[in-house]
Amino acid sequence: MKVKMLSRNPDNYVRETKLDLQRVPRNYDPTLHPFEVPREYVRALNATKLERVFAKPFLASLDGHRDGVNCLAKHPKSLATVLSGACDGEVRIWNLTKRKCIRTIQAHEGFVRGICTRFCGTSFFTVGDDKTVKQWKMDGPGCGEEEEPLHTILGKTVYTGIDHHWKDPAFATCGQQVDIWDEQRTNPICSMTWGYDSISSVKFNPIETFLLGSCASDRNIVLYDMRQATPLKKVILDMRTNTICWNPMEAFIFTAANEDYNLYTFDMRALDTPLMVHMDHVSAVLDVDYSPTGKEFVSASFDKSIRIFPIDRSRSREVYHTKRMQHVICVKWTSDSKYIMCGSDEMNIRLWKANASEKLGVLTSREKAAKDYNQKLKEKFQYHPHIKRIARHRHLPKSIYSQIQEQRIMKEARRRKELNRRKHSKPGSVPIVSEKKKHVVAVVK
Amino acid sequence: MKAIRAAESLLTLSQQDELVDLPNYPLSASEDEGDNDRERKHEKLLEAINSLDGKNSFRYKLAERSEASLKVSEFNVSSEGSGEKLVLADLLEPVKTSSSLTTVKKQLKRVKSKKTLELPLNKEEVEQIHREVAFNKTSQTLSKWDPIVLKNRQAEQLVFPLEKEQSAFVPIEHVFSSWKARTPLEHEIFNLLHKNKQPVTDPLLTPMEQASLKAMSLEEAKMRRAELQRARALQSYYEARARREKKIKSKKYHKIVKKGKAKKALKEFEQLRKVNPTAALEELEKIEKARMMERMSLKHQNSGKWAKSKAIMAKYDLEARQAMQEQLAKNKELTQKLQVVSESEEEGGAEDEETLVPDVVNEVQMDANGPNPWMLRSCNSDSKEDENQVDSEQLPEPVAQEFSESEEDERPMAEEETLLKEFEERRALRKRSELKQDAEPMGRQETKDSSSQEVLSEVRALAQRLNKGNLQSRKRRVTSAGTVLQVQTEESAPEEEEPILLQRPERVQTLEELEELSKEECSQKRELPRSMLQREWTERNPNNQPDAPKGKKKKEQMINLQNLLTTKTPSVKSLEVPTIEELEDEEERVQKQMIKEAFAGDDVIKDFLKEKREAVEANKPKDVDLTLPGWGEWGGLGLKPSAKKRRRFLIKAPEGPPRKDKNLPNVIINEKRNIHAAAHQVRVLPYPFTHYQQFERTIQTPIGSTWNTQRAFQKLTTPKVVTKPGHIIKPIKAEDVGYRSSSRSDISIVQSNQKQLSGHHKKQLKKRSIE
Repeated sequence: MKVKMLSRNPDNYVRETKLDLQRVPRNYDPTLHPFEVPREYVRALNATKLERVFAKPFLASLDGHRDGVNCLAKHPKSLATVLSGACDGEVRIWNLTKRKCIRTIQAHEGFVRGICTRFCGTSFFTVGDDKTVKQWKMDGPGCGEEEEPLHTILGKTVYTGIDHHWKDPAFATCGQQVDIWDEQRTNPICSMTWGYDSISSVKFNPIETFLLGSCASDRNIVLYDMRQATPLKKVILDMRTNTICWNPMEAFIFTAANEDYNLYTFDMRALDTPLMVHMDHVSAVLDVDYSPTGKEFVSASFDKSIRIFPIDRSRSREVYHTKRMQHVICVKWTSDSKYIMCGSDEMNIRLWKANASEKLGVLTSREKAAKDYNQKLKEKFQYHPHIKRIARHRHLPKSIYSQIQEQRIMKEARRRKELNRRKHSKPGSVPIVSEKKKHVVAVVK
Repeated sequence: MKAIRAAESLLTLSQQDELVDLPNYPLSASEDEGDNDRERKHEKLLEAINSLDGKNSFRYKLAERSEASLKVSEFNVSSEGSGEKLVLADLLEPVKTSSSLTTVKKQLKRVKSKKTLELPLNKEEVEQIHREVAFNKTSQTLSKWDPIVLKNRQAEQLVFPLEKEQSAFVPIEHVFSSWKARTPLEHEIFNLLHKNKQPVTDPLLTPMEQASLKAMSLEEAKMRRAELQRARALQSYYEARARREKKIKSKKYHKIVKKGKAKKALKEFEQLRKVNPTAALEELEKIEKARMMERMSLKHQNSGKWAKSKAIMAKYDLEARQAMQEQLAKNKELTQKLQVVSESEEEGGAEDEETLVPDVVNEVQMDANGPNPWMLRSCNSDSKEDENQVDSEQLPEPVAQEFSESEEDERPMAEEETLLKEFEERRALRKRSELKQDAEPMGRQETKDSSSQEVLSEVRALAQRLNKGNLQSRKRRVTSAGTVLQVQTEESAPEEEEPILLQRPERVQTLEELEELSKEECSQKRELPRSMLQREWTERNPNNQPDAPKGKKKKEQMINLQNLLTTKTPSVKSLEVPTIEELEDEEERVQKQMIKEAFAGDDVIKDFLKEKREAVEANKPKDVDLTLPGWGEWGGLGLKPSAKKRRRFLIKAPEGPPRKDKNLPNVIINEKRNIHAAAHQVRVLPYPFTHYQQFERTIQTPIGSTWNTQRAFQKLTTPKVVTKPGHIIKPIKAEDVGYRSSSRSDISIVQSNQKQLSGHHKKQLKKRSIE
């Protein structure tokens, strides 16, 4: 007689170690699970709610400056080190893990206008209102030594910004013109100018390192080629651009922080139309910095808030503010893309999480899996009204909120007026101009 | 070549002619000499005419100005004094003859044919052009990033930092050369390795191993292979044969095979005994051990799961009965004490040869046909009721042995049936003894049991009903057995004292056991005295050997009984009381009645239909009645507008689309839009999707691990951007994506450019100063 027996392979239900999860055999036949979508929807809803519950982005405030923080710089080799320059000419070096100031230098008289680190991280440069460019060692002076700069360059005009080349021992300053300096010389190796207005900031392209971008107070953004010692192109916008930032992953993309509350992302090969107009701020945007992944950037505004924009969205995904934070002058995204630092008028540097609800520290594999799953769920159901509403909800200070309302009304009025004008004039005489093109005045070759 | 030369010379000649012809107005002095006076006069006249014009005077002035430099310069050729301009042709005059300067002439010709240079552009325009060129160049260099940017934007997953840490591959020799043995163990290992000349590089084989690898010749290898093949073929053949044999269902065949095997074993054993008595002794010991094992484990005593299931079936299934029988026989065989052999070994060879072998054989037979009065009785009882009395009479009588033997030879299957019946009876008996033969408590217990048995399966119920017919008779039988028992208990007392009475040891012993059973459950304890007794008995009357196995069998059965008892009692008990079933039925009926009463008002189906009708009515579009009572006719209480009027002013609602649940009798489908659900639904098709079906599909595919395998789940939930905590993410580099970055640094290019520029500047400055 043939005997048929039920037999189970212990590999299918016995776990290897007791730390493993118990194996639960499941039948994945979809006909047995008729309520997949509602169940996942509920999970997504819960995930979204939890995200909002755990959204506590503010980590620390670094206080110590005795005047507004005017500029920030990241250390290229150390994640924990940050440099900041204040309006009273003081430069401080901070340790983020200890959240303490580890060094203080009275670098300039008047503002520290710009600060940048050398690519190797051994020294840094500052420019100030006292028409000097100073190079400092990153390590503090020994016992008994005085705090002195390595080099000091006396210029003829005020320098308003500085940036260091990403590979070579060269740096660029701006003021009346854009100067490119060799570190060993006291004279610029070339100076480029186009127009006669003061230039507020200059930035090297991190990928194609010979490229520079600058923005001047005559509302233009100028691109330079350092190797050919010539400007390349100039775009004139509606209002002044305060600073620009290059995308660290896409060589030809940069974003400009404008006085007209918007940010503009340009492809430098086609300057006549910005790729994206990012609008959400309600006051002038003062600084912008890209995430090292090149997928997002953070902007600091005069409206006392910082916002995070995805590069392909015109609206921000996040807004950070606190009661005590005043006009945010400078902002930086740390090089591990996890944190954001912002320096503001009221003398503090604040440290934020880049992802507001992220859990800090080491995650277990199960936590990681749950996080990924929740993220995907949120993405999947992001268009559902309830989830959308919860995910989008942010608390704003009353001033910003009311200004948003006000500006909405203004914008609506302008739109209505344009519509009326179009309606009552000869067809074709009032053309429809897209939002992107509206803000570009001209491109000068 | 000559022809070419000639052509060239001709060309030059013609050119010279042209050159001569061109400046026809101010002729050179050298040429004048060859001309006549008439021409000169004519010319002077023309000049005079020309001088009348204002322009010419200016020209003369110019000529005058050039007079300032009188001295002959070695750099310039001046034509002063003559008042005529120097013409190129004048200079070429001497060249005319020499053919070696043709190239120079050609160049000169080309120079002459060129137009004058245009004015340089102003600075702004120049700069713009520079910028445009530079911009085009730069955008070209940037365009090489396009594919990478696109790839990164569309990537399913990006892991930062992008650059991969290159693990340094170091050849093993390098590692070895740098590493040195320090501990004694390492030294030892190294020594060993060196002794074997173990190479450290790739083919990690010692010379010895290599040699051994090479050693096997082709023929040898072939032979070996053939051998292996043969062995494999044989193996497979035997396997196939074994499988085939195993598949044979014929019992007869198997029986024969078994018998054959047994015979063979026996023969071998005998031979062994003759040849090698010690080995035989060992064999015997083995058998003894098997017996011990059997006694300890009770493996073949119908106590296993299989045996129990068979016991249930035994009544109806002949095969099952046989199987049980076989098992019992096996048990018997195994538990057979081989004392005789050991004794015989001590005593002598001839005797035990006789005793041993037939012993086993006989016993099996005896076992099968054993003169078991119980069996006899039950067999008879099974046949009909009227034999019951005979049973009771027969019970104490051992005389029936012969008769039973003869009977059982005829129908061996019937015996098993009787066996089973015996079990049941004994169970009943034991119960009785436990309850001290009280009828009332037993009845109570039975009622209890019946209540607990409500959950019994239907099969069992069926069996009960089938058995009902036999119940009465059995009861009677049981009672008779009880009386017999009483008698036997009285008898049992002298039994231990007098070995003579041990002629029917099985019964006495069982009775003892029954008494013991009520006191203690442990069967082993019981077995001990029993076996002792048995030994005693066997020692006392060795002539009675045929009886001994019977007694054993009885015991075994008793053990069996106990085992069976533990599980089977409830069913048996219920069997004995027919009235309880009726009670149960009544209870069920009452229960049903109660349920019916409790839900008397509930007619679910009717309610549902009603509900559906209402829903349909409610959803139907309503007619609009616009009749105004009292308009055009009398109105008031109790008066209704006329039917005609009502018909006229009634606006009939259009028929709606057919309901979805029209053909579904058991369903109500609500066709109204659910506001509460709508709050959770997407109203507009979101951006990247072009059709609602696309969107729906993305929503409908679940991504959770509840609906996906672990692998699929991981794949579905991979995050788009992964960053490692604590790692600095540097900007993308050309090297990272496989592009060659410019080797020269930007700053060196700037500096070299600067030099060029500065050189250019200096030149320009010089020029200006010269001018």
